[in-house]
Amino acid sequence: MIEFHLDARSGVAPYMQLIQQVRHALRLGVLKEGDKLPTVREVVARVAINPNTVSKAYRELEYEGLVTARPGLGTFVTRTLGGDSLAQHEPLRKDLQRWLSEARAAGLDDESIEALFLSAFRSFSEARG
Amino acid sequence: MTEALSAEGLTKRYGRRAALSDCSLAVPAGRVVGLVGPNGAGKSTLLQLACGLLDPTSGRIEVLGERPVSGSPRVGFVAQDTPVYAGLTVAEHLRMGAHVNPSWDAEFAERRIAQTGLDPAQRAGKLSGGQRAQLALTVAAAKQPDLLLLDEPVASLDPLARRTFLRGLMELTADRGTSVVMSSHLVADLERVCDYLIVLVASQVRVAGEVDDLLAGHHRLVGRRRDPAGLGAGIAVVEQSHTEVQSTLIVRSTAPIDDPSWQVDRLDLEDIVLAYMSESAPQWVLEGQR
Repeated sequence: MIEFHLDARSGVAPYMQLIQQVRHALRLGVLKEGDKLPTVREVVARVAINPNTVSKAYRELEYEGLVTARPGLGTFVTRTLGGDSLAQHEPLRKDLQRWLSEARAAGLDDESIEALFLSAFRSFSEARG
Repeated sequence: MTEALSAEGLTKRYGRRAALSDCSLAVPAGRVVGLVGPNGAGKSTLLQLACGLLDPTSGRIEVLGERPVSGSPRVGFVAQDTPVYAGLTVAEHLRMGAHVNPSWDAEFAERRIAQTGLDPAQRAGKLSGGQRAQLALTVAAAKQPDLLLLDEPVASLDPLARRTFLRGLMELTADRGTSVVMSSHLVADLERVCDYLIVLVASQVRVAGEVDDLLAGHHRLVGRRRDPAGLGAGIAVVEQSHTEVQSTLIVRSTAPIDDPSWQVDRLDLEDIVLAYMSESAPQWVLEGQR
């Protein structure tokens, strides 16, 4: 069983924070297929969060095919995340390191690199919707 | 579904002073609604109109599809400073609640008192602020209302008591689907527990809507100085400030901002509320000139 928390200053909507925490736990293998998520009531009683927010997050996770709700029993993980993509991390990291040394060689400082990455990442994500 | 709270042209005057003027609202049932705004904006007036303690000067207000009636079993109200009877014990509060309310759920009330660790034999005057708030909430909730109206329920509580109170309130809404309207200055709390927000400023509704929509629809834009009039359709400026070289805008937009010359930042609920409460908001200037 995982526990949720909320970061009030993140600017990320609370339901999205819950979704991200489940995805994160799936990616790290903290949650596995068949594991049960806490009930809506357990989450609200612990985190002091709106029950509709928790339901919304669970519905979204169900829609993504990550969990399934079994009436009267609870919400269960149906598949894990990142099992295959973990193997891809190392070559991608090498590519990034190569790019970072190019950026440094071009005279960019840390903040410029970060700003460039974030703006490129943002327009990339927005273009893909 | 019936709306928990709806208003049209709702106006309440005290003599010449308008506490609420021309407010229109449509709050769906089953929500936890946060009511925010500066002191004197009309929050308590709106709540008292909603529970039938006040009558509107003009306009219409409906609660759960009906005209509000004071003492309605369908509406629970906890006034500011969580009023309890100092001379009565916790158990006596419950007995009185059972006597006055035909729909009283005695088992729930006793369970909740036990859960919150209150001593039934304790006099209410000897309780801490947090315990008084829990007692007042228990009494209001045990009559099994469809709507709970809470006026600044956590204002005087320390952070731990506040969190405990909000947990209890969220358990209630999870168990029974009770609609809640609560006023508070603590926007960070409201961001956790509310899924609907109403911002009242100077006796008028400045913005009302689903919290997720508000968060997704508001952005801070920072870029070189320019006239915000050229932003395009569907983008409304909530707040703006300019230096010689730079413009900073808080905008509400239904579509993503794709102009790459703006740096687009997310806002949390507090930023959004403050932008609507701030004096440089264009509508507010107009209101101030009346």
